[in-house]
Amino acid sequence: MDIFLQQIINGLVQGSIYALVALGYTMVYGILGLINFAHGEVVMIGAMVALSVSLLLIGSGLPPLLVLLIALMVAAAVCMVLGYGIERLAYRPLRNAPRLAPLITAIGVSIVLQNLAMIIWGREYHAFPALLPNSSHLLAGAIINEVQIIIVLVATAMMAGLMLLVHRTRLGRAMRAVAENPSAAALMGVNPNAVISITFMMGAALAAVAGIMVSANYGIVHYYMGSILGLKAFTAAVLGGIGNLRGAMLGGLLLGLIESLGAGYIGDLTGGFFGSHYQDVFAFLVLIVVLVFRPAGLLGERVADRA
Amino acid sequence: MNFLPMTMRRNGVQCMTPPSETLLEVSGIGKHFGGLAALNDVSLHILRGEIYGLIGPNGAGKTTLFNIVTGLYQLDSGNFTFDGTGYVSCKPHLLAQAGIARTFQNIRLFANMSALENVMVGRHVRTRCGIWGALARHAAARAEERAIIGRARELLRYVGVNRPPQTLAKNLSYGEQRRLEIARALATDPKLLALDEPAAGMNATETESLKTLLQTIRADGITVLLIEHDVKLIMGLCDRVTVLDYGKKIAEGVPHEVRNNPAVIEAYLGGGSA
Repeated sequence: MDIFLQQIINGLVQGSIYALVALGYTMVYGILGLINFAHGEVVMIGAMVALSVSLLLIGSGLPPLLVLLIALMVAAAVCMVLGYGIERLAYRPLRNAPRLAPLITAIGVSIVLQNLAMIIWGREYHAFPALLPNSSHLLAGAIINEVQIIIVLVATAMMAGLMLLVHRTRLGRAMRAVAENPSAAALMGVNPNAVISITFMMGAALAAVAGIMVSANYGIVHYYMGSILGLKAFTAAVLGGIGNLRGAMLGGLLLGLIESLGAGYIGDLTGGFFGSHYQDVFAFLVLIVVLVFRPAGLLGERVADRA
Repeated sequence: MNFLPMTMRRNGVQCMTPPSETLLEVSGIGKHFGGLAALNDVSLHILRGEIYGLIGPNGAGKTTLFNIVTGLYQLDSGNFTFDGTGYVSCKPHLLAQAGIARTFQNIRLFANMSALENVMVGRHVRTRCGIWGALARHAAARAEERAIIGRARELLRYVGVNRPPQTLAKNLSYGEQRRLEIARALATDPKLLALDEPAAGMNATETESLKTLLQTIRADGITVLLIEHDVKLIMGLCDRVTVLDYGKKIAEGVPHEVRNNPAVIEAYLGGGSA
């Protein structure tokens, strides 16, 4: 088996998921200058809702793919309402407050969501039903399964759709205009609050999809899964240049690859002293290196200079 | 809606049924920042089709007045009526919808968007297509998008920004940026175009062509409200002007009257020299 190719494949799969989540961070940051630390929990809620819906429907005789599709729709809808609610209740009242206030509120929201999930779904690990065909294929000495292929394809399609939306449509123009100058955008008839709400909802929908991908990939759902994933996706967004959509996608993929290659080779490189369970270290190592040497990120041009 | 002008004609001039001749009426507006009265009981009215000047020394409250009638500031007292509707407080995007557009003293373009896109954002208020249209990209949405692009290109030519439309706004020259800001404001199909020091930083040639542009805009039926320090431009362009000083209106009238008004001379030259 080709370890290198295998790690590349694993990295791409993981990286696609990071990229989807990172987009949620970067979109909100781009438009509000706010780091929505509750975003990771939205991913978790998406996974949990999808889990409940799948378990409810799996005995109904519907084809598994349809069950997954319904679960995805419900999860996305719930997350969009959640995203809207978080912005409306927790962030909008603090729109003109010092930046520290919404940041701390974001951490508060994330704790609330985590505990809420714990109350609803319990503390235990849940097995996520295998709804997708899961046969493995041998590809040039590496193994790739259908779930992984679907993850990469769906993530790519969603990212392409988002780029199209942001760069080629009236709504996307309004989003970019609000990000650049909210008051000037308002004078062009753009309702900044509506655009901000839509941005949160779009980010939340991407998060729901990412949540299902993680669950389908690992087969496990847990109320705590959002925080580490959220932190890594945030790292990916910073790596690419927070506020920059292409940066979030690039950062996500790179982080997935770095982690996966790092985990694959750390044992060999340290003579077995560190094992692959150290893979989480890489994400935060990357975060530190980026913050020290290129705080604006790979594609970030400038430090945010909003008023 | 067609019967209104008919009624007016039949009843003669004393009929005050809207649409009246007054487009914007500002009544007793006051605005305070802490202890500072930025505007104190200011009233003025702007007629349809006018080019109206707002002048006064720095800090007189001109931009504050702009910010109030465009919804960026909430007023503390008074009210204003635009196009027959009274306002005390209103969101900027709704006033844009009502037909007020403006430019800024310090240019506020969407710097990292192209010249064309800046103007296209201006079309936002007159177009409809929402998130579902954007996602589905059905025929109506595509047609609307084409119309937006077409109108934006037209406006770029109209104001005289003759650069490739994909040029980023931040890469345009200063004069072009000022013109682009006007194009973006015009894209909202305004009834009133409010310009905050459009000639600031322009050389004589640029100012002259700005004057021509503003006359064209007025000829095309848009009322213009102008803050400007360039006295020559104001005198040559405005039908009427109001002079503000320390938040108060000290004079109003046709430019040449106002120019010789002792209170105005004193405000500009200082109390000692009058």
